[in-house]
Amino acid sequence: MTDRTSKATLLAAFAELERDVGHQQPAWLVGARRAAIDRFARLDLPSTKDEAWKYTSLAPLRQTALDAAIDESAAQPAEDEIAAFRIGDGPAYRLIFVNGRYSGKLSAAPPLPGSARLGSLADVLLTDVDALRPYLATSESKADEDAFGALNAAFWRDGAFLQVPAGMRLDAPVELLFIVTAPGLARAHHPRTVVALGPGSEAAVVETHVAIGHGVYLVNATTEVFLGDGAGLEHTTVGLDSAQAFHVGRTRVAQSRDSRFTACSVTFGGRLVRNDVEARLLGDGAACALNGLYVVGGRQHVDTHTLVDHAAPRATSRQLYKGILDGRARGVFDGRVIVRKGSNGTDAHQTNKNLLLSDGVEVDSKPQLEIFADDVKVSHGAADGQVAPEAVFYLKSRGLDEAAAQALLTRGFASEVLGRMRDPVLRTWLEDRLAERLRGGRVADDDAEASAAAPITETT
Amino acid sequence: MDRAMLSIRNLHAAVDGVEILHGIDLAVEAGEVHAVMGPNGSGKSTLAQVLAGHPTYTVTAGEVRYDDQDLLAMPPEARARAGVFLAFQYPVEIPGVANATFLKAAVNEVRSHRGLEELDAMEFLELLREKAKIVEMDPSFMSRPVNEGFSGGEKKRNEILQMALLEPRLAILDETDSGLDIDALRTVAGGINRLRRPDNAMVLVTHYQRLLNYVTPDHVHVLAGGRIVKSGGKELALALEAKGYEWLDAPGEVATR
Repeated sequence: MTDRTSKATLLAAFAELERDVGHQQPAWLVGARRAAIDRFARLDLPSTKDEAWKYTSLAPLRQTALDAAIDESAAQPAEDEIAAFRIGDGPAYRLIFVNGRYSGKLSAAPPLPGSARLGSLADVLLTDVDALRPYLATSESKADEDAFGALNAAFWRDGAFLQVPAGMRLDAPVELLFIVTAPGLARAHHPRTVVALGPGSEAAVVETHVAIGHGVYLVNATTEVFLGDGAGLEHTTVGLDSAQAFHVGRTRVAQSRDSRFTACSVTFGGRLVRNDVEARLLGDGAACALNGLYVVGGRQHVDTHTLVDHAAPRATSRQLYKGILDGRARGVFDGRVIVRKGSNGTDAHQTNKNLLLSDGVEVDSKPQLEIFADDVKVSHGAADGQVAPEAVFYLKSRGLDEAAAQALLTRGFASEVLGRMRDPVLRTWLEDRLAERLRGGRVADDDAEASAAAPITETT
Repeated sequence: MDRAMLSIRNLHAAVDGVEILHGIDLAVEAGEVHAVMGPNGSGKSTLAQVLAGHPTYTVTAGEVRYDDQDLLAMPPEARARAGVFLAFQYPVEIPGVANATFLKAAVNEVRSHRGLEELDAMEFLELLREKAKIVEMDPSFMSRPVNEGFSGGEKKRNEILQMALLEPRLAILDETDSGLDIDALRTVAGGINRLRRPDNAMVLVTHYQRLLNYVTPDHVHVLAGGRIVKSGGKELALALEAKGYEWLDAPGEVATR
């Protein structure tokens, strides 16, 4: 069978995109996109023969025909459909993207204080394209970018741009909501987000990917973060994709001296999800805390790859990734820590724990510690297991039945990750989403439920 | 015998195919406090766990009736809802679950099965504040994960707090005094005394008699080798304290008493 999505179809789609929109863009950006698609052409879509994709087969994606065009005609979601994805009622800078396009009508983005700026990348492209050049021209040519990163760099059309000047602390979180509506025709979305914090500035960004309706699509998202000396960013990504969706996302962070980056990647939805988080600790004393929680059931597959590059002395990294797996779900965790020559005083720790709620689940967890410096503290830990029977009995002896006991213990397992969130509104919102996901202590099989509610008719 | 709240007849129980209890007979009436004493390995804790329904233990013979129901046929949660409470010798740590969340879940579970309305957050906190005074527990323990990082004494206070909140008809306290310093012992014993009522009953499982200095039992039973070898009043506990459990091994002396 010929693949419906392949290098050939993607190259053809790029050629079409370039014909359509290439003339609207400056030469440096056109060049960057071409460099990216050339890189993709050399790499091709990964297969399980590639070490980084060993446990994650893209066969289902290859068998899916994807449409690269932005669907301008698709219906806009109604206000009340979006309301559930707003995090709390407090003040926030909200940008909403529908099917890959910024929606000014749905967004609520009051002007940022001072010279801080927040807007859609597509708007900035039209109005002040050179402002993006330092963040795009350099990153587009990244020599170590993988095939999906290269595809995003070639195809991206819109996304968010946040720039905070030195010393400013944003007074409210930035919420970026990426919505796919009624995904009837399988589309490919390549949203891109750039966050640049000046020295000593602080911000919090929440990036949520959701689907309204049930269907197949691809989100291939890139978020690039640039932290100046002493800057601090709390970055949360929430994956609430449809149960048939492919989601491939990467967050890449470049950290200067004494900067702090805290990430929390939460994955509830999606059929095949791949999350890459890369923190490059380039300045003395930089610190990152990478946390993640994936709660998957049915036949969901979630693969997390982290890379922490200790390229400067006295930097600190902490990683805590926890998974709750049920049904026939599959979890992959690959955590790579590099301590480069001269990065003395490095303090790095990594933990991956998985709670296995059914016999049908499978987990592959692989730490990779590459240490080329002396005087470092690097450690990792991993544990997979079931809910402790003693704890279940303890709860039953207090009147809770099996389901209630499982639910409480499973939420407790997750709370080690969610409890680290500094923003109580966001934490509560995620805890509520988690409670919906865990009914009776089991992970809901959204795919089976959606299929039962609305059977997919095969159109061959 | 049938009037008894708890009636245990010829109870045999095994773990991993090894029989630990070799035929226990015991009747507990409402309003009574029974102490079950015995050396290590005598089967005291097994008895407590079997009554609570721990799945590790298999009942191989005998029967237990509680309020004229077949207790052994009930799953652990049904026993708890019917008013049976076990204070654990080793309370279980539950990471990530705030103590208050756990206590509220337990209280509402038991309340709803007694036909009472569930308490909302405010009502529960009020109840919790009131009951926490009984065991002199610091409010900071309510937001911490259940038993995690609690000292031995704090864990035992937390057990008695649960007892105070759940208001059981039959409370089985498994070595609640072990590992407590004298102040904690006094507090815990004071809590137990305050929860003692004419319509409930308690079974205190203990190795030492020192808890009984503070909580006076109506009946004392000595368990050895999986059987009750002697029963008596509170003076039996004092005799055990003075002479040790070895005294029971001298058959002549037991026979004379």
